[in-house]
Amino acid sequence: MTLKNKVAIVGADETDRIGIVPDMTPLMMHAEAARNALRDAGIDKSEVDAVFTCGIGGMASVQLCEYLGIIPMYTDNTMTGGSSFVIHVEHAAAAINAGLCNVALITHGETGLSGRNRRGPRGGGFFDATLPSAQFEMPFGVGGPPSTYSMAAMRHMHEYGTTSEQLAEIAVATRKWAQLNPRAMMRDPLSIEDVLSSRWIAYPFHIYDCCLVTDAGGAVVVVGADRAREMAKKPVWVLGSGEASTHQSLLGMPDLTQTPARYSGKAAFEMAGVTHAAIDVVEVYDSFTYTALVTIEELGFCAKGEGGPFLSNQRSAPGGDFPMNTNGGGLSYTHPGMYGMFILIEAVRQLWGECGDRQVPDAKLACVNATGGLLSATGTLILGVD
Amino acid sequence: MAEYQKPVPYPSPETQPFWDACKRHELSLPYCTNCSAFFFYPRQFCPTCFNWNIEWRTCSGKGALYTFAIQYRPQMPGFTPPYVTAIVQLDEGPRLMTNLVGVEPAPENIRCGMPVEVVWEDATDEITLPFFKPSQSSQ
Repeated sequence: MTLKNKVAIVGADETDRIGIVPDMTPLMMHAEAARNALRDAGIDKSEVDAVFTCGIGGMASVQLCEYLGIIPMYTDNTMTGGSSFVIHVEHAAAAINAGLCNVALITHGETGLSGRNRRGPRGGGFFDATLPSAQFEMPFGVGGPPSTYSMAAMRHMHEYGTTSEQLAEIAVATRKWAQLNPRAMMRDPLSIEDVLSSRWIAYPFHIYDCCLVTDAGGAVVVVGADRAREMAKKPVWVLGSGEASTHQSLLGMPDLTQTPARYSGKAAFEMAGVTHAAIDVVEVYDSFTYTALVTIEELGFCAKGEGGPFLSNQRSAPGGDFPMNTNGGGLSYTHPGMYGMFILIEAVRQLWGECGDRQVPDAKLACVNATGGLLSATGTLILGVD
Repeated sequence: MAEYQKPVPYPSPETQPFWDACKRHELSLPYCTNCSAFFFYPRQFCPTCFNWNIEWRTCSGKGALYTFAIQYRPQMPGFTPPYVTAIVQLDEGPRLMTNLVGVEPAPENIRCGMPVEVVWEDATDEITLPFFKPSQSSQ
């Protein structure tokens, strides 16, 4: 059983504004992104019979459906951090293919920046003092991405000789894409020297190795093959998909230099039946420069440990032969917390040829990989247009 | 004892023996009698073979620095940056998260692979944390 060519993405859009949007709540962003994506698809809200989302309380889809006024036949609250929305595409494909629903709406919305300043009780449901990370990591001042990804990157540097300069290459190349994207938050010129002379956040990470913190929302619409062929826009076919997780926190990480992208990527490429060389555009999670580097290795675009040399000499920048993170990435475009929706949207836009100055010429095949948690869970999609 | 400001662990039934041993300044880890190997973090069973016959055995407290990072922004209450977060690979095999102490937190002073040994931080009346410092042999 394969999901190849069974469904297509037919609508994809973001909130009207992204970046600093203090006058919107996460729910407002979900709704606005949903409206924009449905309008993009030319599908009325009344046709939506499946909703996939997470990040807005413990019963995210129930909350969202109430808010939007949708009575779904199928919902999925799968929460795997930043990879959630990419994984939702696979789940939507499975549900549509099983005949359980017809029009799947996947939404995201976060106020990662402005939410910091809001009053009121904080959601405390996540924390359980008996969890392994609470017992064996937090007492040592370990918590959250900068403190953990830095230790994973250091191990990679130790084992493979990866350098700070190689990490900086990624930040610089990504910034060059952002300079071609009017909606990107960070568009000032950035050099490798700028990165290397910037302040430490968590050695070996400088501040420019780390993503932004922003407000943003996004949504995509997925339908079955027959319906997809009736749409005004070219269907963006799901050719391959995969998901995998190997651990929750660093404590349980089998190997600090490996991520589950090796499993989700393998599954997606096998289902799609395409080679790495055939991929025109690569959109991967760049919560940190290192995240992108290790993901490229784990997906098999280069040999293990050779991500640093592979991405050197601005190979992933505009004009390079490995176009990667063409919207400007989490490093320079936007990163509200769970960034996966935005790599998905960018891949779809590239395949539609809607990317203006940053358009990769004749892009027909895209590889999307999102990471969630602490290098914990990944989803990979191979998307293509006819 | 002055009020301890950093997060402290709340032992659970399956981890209580680990924390009890720390209080005695002993590093005791769960050992699978089927795999003949230590594992960490503690569970009531071996995560490799799912054997539920687990022993607790005292370890040497010696190991090597598997990886580290220098935290320049506090990630948890009570920490004053810069501080060194580290993962130590014990001579017995398992890896532990810890803080590297007894060394100035600067990149030139710390390297993956350096030998380390456990030192004890009596945080509260109930909780003692295993920190690690560079071994004498490495200085």
